[in-house]
Amino acid sequence: MSATTEEIKKKPSEPLFGKKNRKLLTDPLDDNNPITVQVLGICSALAITVKLEPAIVMTISVMAVMGIGNVVISAIRNLIPNRVRIIVQLVVVASLVILVDQVLKAFVYDVSKQLSVFVGLIITNCIIMGRFEAFALANGLWKSFLDGIGNAFSYGLILVIVSFFRELFGAGELFGYQIIPSSWYVENGGFYENNGMMLLPPMALIVVALIIWFQRARNTKLIEEN
Amino acid sequence: MKLLRNFLDTIKPNFEKGGKLEKFYPAYDAFETFAFVPGHTAHSGAHIRDAIDLKRTMVTVILAMVPALLFGMWNVGALHYKAIGVDASLLDAFGYGAFKVIPLIAVSYITGLGIEFAAAIMRGHQVNEGYLVTGMLIPLIMPVTMPLWMVAVSTAFAVIIGKEVFGGTGMNILNVALTARAFAFFAYPKNMSGDKVWIDTTTKSGESLVDGYSGATALGEMAGSGSTSFSAMDAFLGFIPGSIGETSTLAILIGAAILIISGIASWKIMASAIVGAAVMGGIFNIFAGYAISPEQQGFMGIPFWHQMLYGGFAFGVVFMATDPVSAAQTERGKWIYGFLVGFFAIMIRIFNPAYPEGIMLAILFMNVMAPLIDHYVVEGNIKRRLKRVNA
Repeated sequence: MSATTEEIKKKPSEPLFGKKNRKLLTDPLDDNNPITVQVLGICSALAITVKLEPAIVMTISVMAVMGIGNVVISAIRNLIPNRVRIIVQLVVVASLVILVDQVLKAFVYDVSKQLSVFVGLIITNCIIMGRFEAFALANGLWKSFLDGIGNAFSYGLILVIVSFFRELFGAGELFGYQIIPSSWYVENGGFYENNGMMLLPPMALIVVALIIWFQRARNTKLIEEN
Repeated sequence: MKLLRNFLDTIKPNFEKGGKLEKFYPAYDAFETFAFVPGHTAHSGAHIRDAIDLKRTMVTVILAMVPALLFGMWNVGALHYKAIGVDASLLDAFGYGAFKVIPLIAVSYITGLGIEFAAAIMRGHQVNEGYLVTGMLIPLIMPVTMPLWMVAVSTAFAVIIGKEVFGGTGMNILNVALTARAFAFFAYPKNMSGDKVWIDTTTKSGESLVDGYSGATALGEMAGSGSTSFSAMDAFLGFIPGSIGETSTLAILIGAAILIISGIASWKIMASAIVGAAVMGGIFNIFAGYAISPEQQGFMGIPFWHQMLYGGFAFGVVFMATDPVSAAQTERGKWIYGFLVGFFAIMIRIFNPAYPEGIMLAILFMNVMAPLIDHYVVEGNIKRRLKRVNA
């Protein structure tokens, strides 16, 4: 058997977690990160990263919306008239977000109150629309699912890193538990004081910028030529 | 001096190409050129010939700050002894103040220069001399009770985020010392504002002598009640609570004279900032009757020239707004930039009682706007000259 026929035979039966599919999951983590490389979805990264818990709930919500949304769009991609595709995409996201919102209200009411309007604003998260347009409209179900999960997870990863630093230095807590010993604080005779700037939105931008700096310094693919 | 030269010459081979400590050449170079005027001249491109280089310029600025620094040290001690009700001689007051202020200066220099040296060695650049001035400015614009580690954190933030990420000295968008202060102001508001932080009531060993002694700044009082207990003369001479270096307008004016005579700072920026503040202060004087509250009415109603004596206005205008890197570069731009600095400083001060110190935010805001001003000044110039050519 010659080499060329082998290749043709292999193509249709790519394993579920073959190299290409795995790349769909891992690519957004670093080389193509939606926040740090494409700089999308910044608004929610500023708004809900004051504490870890809402950031994680947000991550899970976006993963659900993007995973399912990508599959739905991919399934009906040949039925959507090109002219009205944005509206169709919006309807899909909006219905998913309403579902997520109801689930949050039913099971984690406190967090849902903290996230308040930002659950609804998942609809306008540019990463989601971007993946619908750029990927789900042109790829099969399984691939779209992986792409959605991969991008949402990478988005969430940055949220979690940012909120980790902001909660730790801004409130001295993680998940609401005191991490920095309370005897360190000035009120208790120590020397320490929480950094109030960490709780303000500008600091989220600066933390994201520092992550970008760190990532670009390490990942040679992202270094731009002058 | 000879001894130092000889010492530098003996250790030099270690740092040159092929030497053991080649990597640390920037650090060596910084010390050598700091102590002695370098023997080499620039050998490429177009250059302005001048007798002093950047290091000598920076040292002049530091000299200009010395009156404010010395007065600040004395004032810290004097207010301290007044608060605890002890009569103290001039020397006692000065000694106490020096004891409290010198650690702040040391922390600022150690943190900032440490980062500068590390950055220079990592990049293989020369160590920039810009930090000499910044390191002195930072302690002068902090309250004396500021914990040392907060000064260190603010300095580190300002040097890394405000300067090094943009490429070091000469590339920063914002004034570095003010970035440190703004960071401290928003990160540790309890230690940077209010009426408890301006006067140190602890002994040298750190015990608190007076509980809850309240010593608000003149601006703090005015934002709160619409009037101040300090006379304009006191504010001019500097016998008032405030950040270490900002209190004495007189000491700052001596510094301003040094800077203007030596041609280092732009007199245009200083002059136009004063005009800007006078205009805004005058507008407030006229419209004081329309204030929304009696406190604001009192604050708006004070004679406009008093505004320039209270708070950090004078210090900011003389030492920060004239920063040659972050200010406007074009001559016409400097007039606009300075005017708006003064204008906004008074406006923020009065309209937002949460930020009684308007000059900090005004200068930072105008730092961001300076490139825009320059752009339009240059564009305008081009347009005008084109018209002349075409006509």
